[in-house]
Amino acid sequence: MGKIVLRKVNKSFGNTAVIPGIDLAIEDGEFVVFVGPSGCGKSTLLRLIAGLEDTTSGTIEIDGRDVTDTAPAQRRLAMVFQSYALYPHMSVRKNIAFPLKMAKLPQEQINKKVEDAARILNLTNYLERRPGQLSGGQRQRVAIGRAIVRQPSAFLFDEPLSNLDAALRGSMRLEISELHHQLNTTMIYVTHDQVEAMTMADKIVVLNAGNIEQVGSPLDLYRSPRNLFVAGFIGSPKMNFVSGSYAQAHSAVTVGVRPEHLVLSRESGEWHGTVTVAEHLGADTYLHVQVDGIGLITARASGEFAVKHGDSVFITPDRSRIHRFDANGNALA
Amino acid sequence: MARTISTRRTAVVTLCAWIVALVIFFPILYTIITSFKSEAEAIQGFNLIPSGTVESYVEVQTQKDYFKPFMNSVILSLGSTVLALLVSVPAAWAMAFSPTKRTKDILMWMLSTKMMPAVAVLVPIYLIFRDTGLLDSRIGLTVMLMLINLPIVVWMLYTYFREIPGEILEAARMDGASLWGEIIYVLTPMAVPGIASTMLLNIILAWNEAFWTIRLTTTNAAPLTAFIASFSSPQGLFWAKLSAASTLAIAPILVMGWFSQKQLVRGLTFGAVK
Ligand SMILES: Nc1ncnc2c1ncn2[C@@H]1O[C@H](COP(=O)(O)OP(=O)(O)OP(=O)(O)O)[C@@H](O)[C@H]1O
Ligand SMILES: [Mg+2]
Repeated sequence: MGKIVLRKVNKSFGNTAVIPGIDLAIEDGEFVVFVGPSGCGKSTLLRLIAGLEDTTSGTIEIDGRDVTDTAPAQRRLAMVFQSYALYPHMSVRKNIAFPLKMAKLPQEQINKKVEDAARILNLTNYLERRPGQLSGGQRQRVAIGRAIVRQPSAFLFDEPLSNLDAALRGSMRLEISELHHQLNTTMIYVTHDQVEAMTMADKIVVLNAGNIEQVGSPLDLYRSPRNLFVAGFIGSPKMNFVSGSYAQAHSAVTVGVRPEHLVLSRESGEWHGTVTVAEHLGADTYLHVQVDGIGLITARASGEFAVKHGDSVFITPDRSRIHRFDANGNALA
Repeated sequence: MARTISTRRTAVVTLCAWIVALVIFFPILYTIITSFKSEAEAIQGFNLIPSGTVESYVEVQTQKDYFKPFMNSVILSLGSTVLALLVSVPAAWAMAFSPTKRTKDILMWMLSTKMMPAVAVLVPIYLIFRDTGLLDSRIGLTVMLMLINLPIVVWMLYTYFREIPGEILEAARMDGASLWGEIIYVLTPMAVPGIASTMLLNIILAWNEAFWTIRLTTTNAAPLTAFIASFSSPQGLFWAKLSAASTLAIAPILVMGWFSQKQLVRGLTFGAVK
């Protein structure tokens, strides 16, 4: 119960079309991630689905029902905001109970559901506190608790973890994924974090300037990006792009090769270059190398690769993992 | 060294503040002092020490009924405040959270109506009141007071509401709250400090309003402002009695203002300091 279909959805603020026209189908139970650069319209698209913004044209359907002109409260969706948007004057218990109170459930049912949600989210000891007395992670969990009590047909998340520190983000990411497996409810998740997109999504929607560049599973997008934009956006560190004679030799205008598909050596290889920066992360080493006749290339070696600024290295691209693009930036088969 | 300078500075600033406060408060203080003088003392000239007689109060009480205008003042100021809130909370909500291109213009227009001298509309308003039978009626005056303070009330609420993150209201909408649910359960509780100071200010403004209350009433709906005015007219000037009447009229609001000053100051500087 949570199939969402967008047909030719357009949103303009004044004369600027933030979303020129999007067609998208989200299946029941799917975990869909919207990614894209800042300002590309991810939040706007989510808010259109939520009903917090009105569409300029086009239709939105939830479970076959046209909800284009339906108020947010009637769409049976739950949303978790980046700022958490908890009610500061209510206790955690009242915050989580709010959607149930609005749905006019009997009090004993409300209590039971709130306590169940609090147990799932480890909030039982904090039920009587105000949001102001909680840590960022706890607030985030309250926001999620408020979303799950009502059993909505889909959850909408707008960069829910971006205010948390790296460690907490990692554990909350797991918690949300786990929650998705438990509840099996459609989730739409906006992020600009690569790792979140790749690890959580069943399906990633890559947006650019309000248009969908590609839709697919994380590995689909990683293995066969449809164009330069997706190729450059998915994967971290970014894919290297090379044009000129090297690309022509592969009968393409641009070729792309990911940092992890470059073989590094101190003795011999296809390309020769000089290390400009070496980032030693322990598990991995990222090298930024000025390659003769090619340009600046980022390469990734797993484990320790002991080189420093100014050292000379050889790089060999893995031929089977090279991506080729035409003059319009579209991938060649 | 720095410390002594800053202490001296604080002392100077404090002294200045006291002087300014005293200057501002002095007319009220002198009114209270005069109210405890006999009429003979009162016309003698400037004198800060009254004999302490309460004869003016006694006379004021016997000459005129204080209780009725007092109740009228209470009813008018509370009534107009409640009415103003009922209108202005939704209005300010719309302007703060769902603004259109014209919102700023409307706000400016509302404020500009306060710049118009009241006399300019005295005749039409008087005629409307006369023809609809609202002259000297509490209902008519309550509505009138509500209307003249409405621009200020809407403006104040608008500035408080602007401080409330819109996402919290959107969260309420997502949680299934209706428009009124959103206003009653989320917006109003969060805006309580702002709403409280707006109410206080409006009560004070309505209590002190003397232009319309004096002109649109005679006896039935006359509040304390009209009560004071009635002592200044017929029998020539009786300073002590007039002062006693004034003191009686301002005492309730002075007491209320004193006890709510923290709230008032906090509310009035809400947006500025934060
Ligand atoms: N109310 C509005 N009025 C006018 N323009 C708006 C409005 N809201 C958003 N925009 C514009 O729409 C575009 C998309 O905004 P949106 O917030 O959807 O981006 P986003 O992808 O969520 O970015 P981020 O990753 O930074 O959150 C931006 O260029 C923004 O300036
Ligand atoms: Mg956004």
